[in-house]
Amino acid sequence: MSLDDDMREALDMFVTEARDLVQGLEEGLLELEDQPAGGETVNAVFRAAHTLKGSSGLFGLRHLVEFTHVVETVLGSVREGQLDVTPGLVSALLPCTDHISAMIEGIAEGRLEPDASQLADGTRLLAGLSPYLDGGAAPAASVATPGAEAAPAEAAWRLGLRFGPDCLRNGMDPLSFLRYLSTIGTVTGVVTDASGLPDAEEMDPESCYLSFDVDLVTAAPKAEIEAVFDFVREDSDIRITPSESQLDAYVRAIRAMPENDRIGDVLVTSGAVTEMEMAEALRVQQERAVREGTQPVPIGEILIEQGIVQRDIVDAALTRQRRTTETRSQDTRTIRIDAARLDKLIDLVGELVIAQSSTGVTPGVSAETSNEAQGEVMRLVDEVRHSALSLRMVPIGTTLRRFERVVRDVSMELGKEVSLTITGGDAEMDKALVERISDPLLHLVRNSLDHGIEPAAERRKHGKTQQGTLRLNAYHDAGNIVIEVADDGCGLDRDRILGKAIERELVAPGTALTDAEVYNLIFEPGFSTAEKVSNLSGRGVGMDVVKRNVTALRGSIEVETTRGIGTTIRIRLPLTLAIIDGFLVGVGPSSFIVPLDRVTECVELPPGPLGRDCMNLRGEVLPFIRLRQLFGIPGEPARRQNVVIVEQSGQRTGLVVDSLLGELQTVIKPLGVLFSRVRCISGSTILGNGEIALILDVGTLIAGHSDREHTRQAVAVG
Amino acid sequence: MTAAATGAALRRFVFDDELTIVTAAEHRDRLLAFLRDGSGVRVDLSGITDLDTAGLQVLLLARDEGVRRHLPVEFVEPSPAVADVLALTRLEL
Repeated sequence: MSLDDDMREALDMFVTEARDLVQGLEEGLLELEDQPAGGETVNAVFRAAHTLKGSSGLFGLRHLVEFTHVVETVLGSVREGQLDVTPGLVSALLPCTDHISAMIEGIAEGRLEPDASQLADGTRLLAGLSPYLDGGAAPAASVATPGAEAAPAEAAWRLGLRFGPDCLRNGMDPLSFLRYLSTIGTVTGVVTDASGLPDAEEMDPESCYLSFDVDLVTAAPKAEIEAVFDFVREDSDIRITPSESQLDAYVRAIRAMPENDRIGDVLVTSGAVTEMEMAEALRVQQERAVREGTQPVPIGEILIEQGIVQRDIVDAALTRQRRTTETRSQDTRTIRIDAARLDKLIDLVGELVIAQSSTGVTPGVSAETSNEAQGEVMRLVDEVRHSALSLRMVPIGTTLRRFERVVRDVSMELGKEVSLTITGGDAEMDKALVERISDPLLHLVRNSLDHGIEPAAERRKHGKTQQGTLRLNAYHDAGNIVIEVADDGCGLDRDRILGKAIERELVAPGTALTDAEVYNLIFEPGFSTAEKVSNLSGRGVGMDVVKRNVTALRGSIEVETTRGIGTTIRIRLPLTLAIIDGFLVGVGPSSFIVPLDRVTECVELPPGPLGRDCMNLRGEVLPFIRLRQLFGIPGEPARRQNVVIVEQSGQRTGLVVDSLLGELQTVIKPLGVLFSRVRCISGSTILGNGEIALILDVGTLIAGHSDREHTRQAVAVG
Repeated sequence: MTAAATGAALRRFVFDDELTIVTAAEHRDRLLAFLRDGSGVRVDLSGITDLDTAGLQVLLLARDEGVRRHLPVEFVEPSPAVADVLALTRLEL
């Protein structure tokens, strides 16, 4: 279906509104679970569903109308008092909100019809609601029944079975596996390969030399086929790939799937790859990355290399993933703005126009009046900028409240009792940042629930309250927004982290590390101490990704933990990505900008022996970095050099520069792709005189410096 | 089953029990001994009560060895156990 522009625009608005409604619906349901008697909440939830149904009707989105209608009917009987709110009801309704949300996202991507898997989901969810529909007044019957939920379709597989030489001795007869396969499906072809048989004299009659390629058509999922070979997996090479004839079907199935961030999820859901194969491939990926110290090889490449799936399938999955990223980035095209803020901006621009017209037009005004008018214009320009920026600012509370659902679901799954406290929800930050930080936060929340907070029994044993507490807190601090994820769980185990790091060869045995350094190891790629890999975390993918995401947003992350008391993870982010207050410094012919909120003071560099990179600052030793040296700027240092003292996470460092050029409001221009690997520089800006100044990334600058110092000391000691 | 034109000239090798990992070594040595004598062999499979992978490998080895030594090796009268395995593995002897 093609959409003209008007329709597209209207639909965009619908999507924005619908997202809010769904979130309202979800929050209301969670609130009802806590306080089932909340009459006002019931009304609000009912209205949300009703409005959603109504506006989807306007756009002729039949699937959405039909589904929401059922939800609305159930909520209607709750409102009428015919139905009590039970945990069961909430648990049946919450997945429905997810489903509605998925349909809305589908519409946002231009799919006005549901796909097969969505239809199947819908039918399943409505079936779950049917006990709550009074008298079975079957509105569900009006919902189109999809064909997809019939018996699972048969699929063709190609099994490559290379049994280990010892399997006969171990009592495993390959022939019995072949026989068993014909009980779970139809064996349409077998190629027995006897080319592995050695010469007569060398042959060991008790070793297995045969291998088989089997074509199997079965309705059983891949994991079930895989399970057949559980006993011989150790020393055999068993490969189960979708047969060539099936490729198109997989590619089609993957194309019809909802979009997903993770290619692994797409592949596992499609059935082409099992959880076990994915876990193994992830392990290989990490091992290799750690061993070779390079960027991880894409997981798809590893799966192909291991002969688990064909390239066509991985490519199809990749397009699902790529499209997700594209839709995400388009998401921010429409944004809701508080009308009062817009009015204020318009008001300011009006004032600016008046102030502008009063400067220098009338001849004969005194220089003093003219200056005053100029000053007024400057002030207004500044306010306009602030006000324009604030249009992009949204309170972070909306994002944080979404975690109520996560906490509820995850703690139910894990059988733990956890309450969530949210504070500082009205702290504001850039909308783009909010969107990009919500995934890392989600990971941290899950991690805390999974590994931080102990099961109720264990908590009682340690004399803690049975119910664990997860705290999400946000506040502004020196031009940054700080978001804390805190739990009152078991805390990090220093010894175990260190032990694991040594085992993984991340640190050399016997290295003396501070507590903070040890705790920071959890952000290393491929690091996970969880002894038990659960559904949620412990796969060793995650904390490093969280850190990478936070760093990409010019933020930093730190851990604070006490054994037995709890862990707090603190993310520090800039308020906006667009503008910073900068401090301009010069080194030779080059200019650099230091983010002003990092600068604590400036002093003159005291004369001292060259090569010693530290100075005495009021009785304290202050290490410093010579920017001229660091960036290899040619020429002699100025006769009098200055030190800009910057602070990052409580650590102070000096930056030695030639000249201090003053404060400057800096519009950040991101560096091009070409420079994406440059460290210590976070962006560039254009100065008033047309020259370019590079913006220093103080975090990596200091971190990099202490790394270099460490190596130097290590060399000196060793 | 290869139809042999050589007829009765071949010596006969008879299995009278299972051909499995238990007896595989013994039967291999006997079969190879036949072939080392420089004459072909007609292997009567009718007595095989049970055949597993190890046993199947012995039969395949004998076949390959015959090819290598340019000696006729014939397999005749497969028992139900043998026929079943050959059907399962889509092999022909």
